[in-house]
Amino acid sequence: MVEHEVGRAAERVARESYGRLVAYLAARNRDVASAEDALSEAFAAALRTWPVDGVPDNPDAWLLTAARRRQIDAARRNQTRKAGEEHIQRIGDEIEAMAEEQDAIPDRRLALMFACAHPAIERSVRTPLILQTILGLTAEDISAAFLIPPGTMGQRLVRAKLRIRDAGIPFRVPDPEELPERLGAVLDAIYAAYTKGWHEVGDDAVPEVADEAIWLGRLVVSLLPDEPEAKGMLALMLYTAARREARRDAAGTYLPLEQQDTGLWDESRIALAENLLHQANTAAGPSGRYQIEAAIQSAHVTRRLTGVSNWPAVVALYDHLFGLTGSPVVVLNRAVARAEMEGPRAGLADLASLDGDKRMLSYQPYWAAKGHLLSRAGDTDAAIEALTVAIGLTTDAAVKGYLLSMLPSQAHDRRRQ
Amino acid sequence: MRFMMLIHHDEAALTPAVQKGLVGEYGAFLAALAKADGASAGERLKPSSAATTVREQDGKLDVLDGPYADTKEQLGGYFFIEAASLDEAIAWAKRCPSVKYGSIEIRPVYNIQTDWKG
Repeated sequence: MVEHEVGRAAERVARESYGRLVAYLAARNRDVASAEDALSEAFAAALRTWPVDGVPDNPDAWLLTAARRRQIDAARRNQTRKAGEEHIQRIGDEIEAMAEEQDAIPDRRLALMFACAHPAIERSVRTPLILQTILGLTAEDISAAFLIPPGTMGQRLVRAKLRIRDAGIPFRVPDPEELPERLGAVLDAIYAAYTKGWHEVGDDAVPEVADEAIWLGRLVVSLLPDEPEAKGMLALMLYTAARREARRDAAGTYLPLEQQDTGLWDESRIALAENLLHQANTAAGPSGRYQIEAAIQSAHVTRRLTGVSNWPAVVALYDHLFGLTGSPVVVLNRAVARAEMEGPRAGLADLASLDGDKRMLSYQPYWAAKGHLLSRAGDTDAAIEALTVAIGLTTDAAVKGYLLSMLPSQAHDRRRQ
Repeated sequence: MRFMMLIHHDEAALTPAVQKGLVGEYGAFLAALAKADGASAGERLKPSSAATTVREQDGKLDVLDGPYADTKEQLGGYFFIEAASLDEAIAWAKRCPSVKYGSIEIRPVYNIQTDWKG
């Protein structure tokens, strides 16, 4: 167990160094692929040796030196002396520059994240790109989390890196006036990685990716300490991560938020989230999407103190969020919260506005919520229809079992009127 | 994009008990498919033992008893979906109950308007 801890710690340092060096080397010529080529083998060597021999005093220098050795070997093998020499010269310059600077190399990781989440990069590839360049995850690791063939994922990543190099995508943190808009794309990309690891529970879970996303969130907060929205996103991830262990009972059965044992919630993560949210709320300016979503989570976790979620606050916050995003998912969540206060019919009345919304047709949470409310309203046939669709859209066995247990018996069901 | 989803079953794994469970799971899956935009339910095929294969070689017609290819997994059915991308098609393949007992092959359907390079 201790060995495993040492391994994790060494891996974390190696990832940090790797991301820093890729960002630093790529910042000069915007060539992410060549920066990665220079470092990837050195990084693999670090993952092999550091957990055993311990982490070196200067991990950045260790990785750069190892990268340089590998390049010299490669140059000898390929007989392309000139190309090899240029490469070696460049890496040599880097190490010299590092030695001269005495302190750590400038942290360009944030600039690299903004390049990866640039509007000119296709939205679906931004998250994988950040996971690969900042954390050194392989296309294979990432493709597993995103349910995409590794070859396809690899091609997308290569294309995106070429685009950064050739389309003139800048390596810089945007100016204050364009920062809020551009930061949103970076936060969205990180949060997308988190939801991959968190929402897809059981068979589909990739908890490692969720942990990496939290780490990236901490990195952004530390590099942009004055941005409340970054704090809001980190708080949102911590609130939900705090409940990870409570989402299954001992038998592996799925438990929705309202039925979880609050004693299993991770109090230290909740405290950290509350603190971040408080800091974000005291900053000037209007609250963004992530701060509001974190506030909704905060209203839910009050249940561990009062025995009930603060439903009026949840509904009011969803109203506010709808004004910002106009998202049908917000309408759905608000309807569920309203049903908790005013009964299932009120929730169903709200859901009626989503009838025929194409985005909801294959959205599992919509059918599950609709079925649940219909069942509580005693509308058995319609409840069975909606829950059946939800079951058909569910891939996780535990969630499927939970939905099957919610199916009302054909006889009239009067459990929760 | 329109995709044809080809269901290949490991027929040996389809015990009567498994088949019975699949019927219920397919009920829910087809209900979800019926709601989806542009999808169309396909059909289930009888086992490959009932297959006959016809081909013409050197002007001579051959009628063979059995499936086209003698593989462990045999075509067992199909359905169609409309999806914005391969990623969405993969999500549908994962939902298909047969994925646990074989493979779902995803084939983009040729579109004369967009694919014709004549």
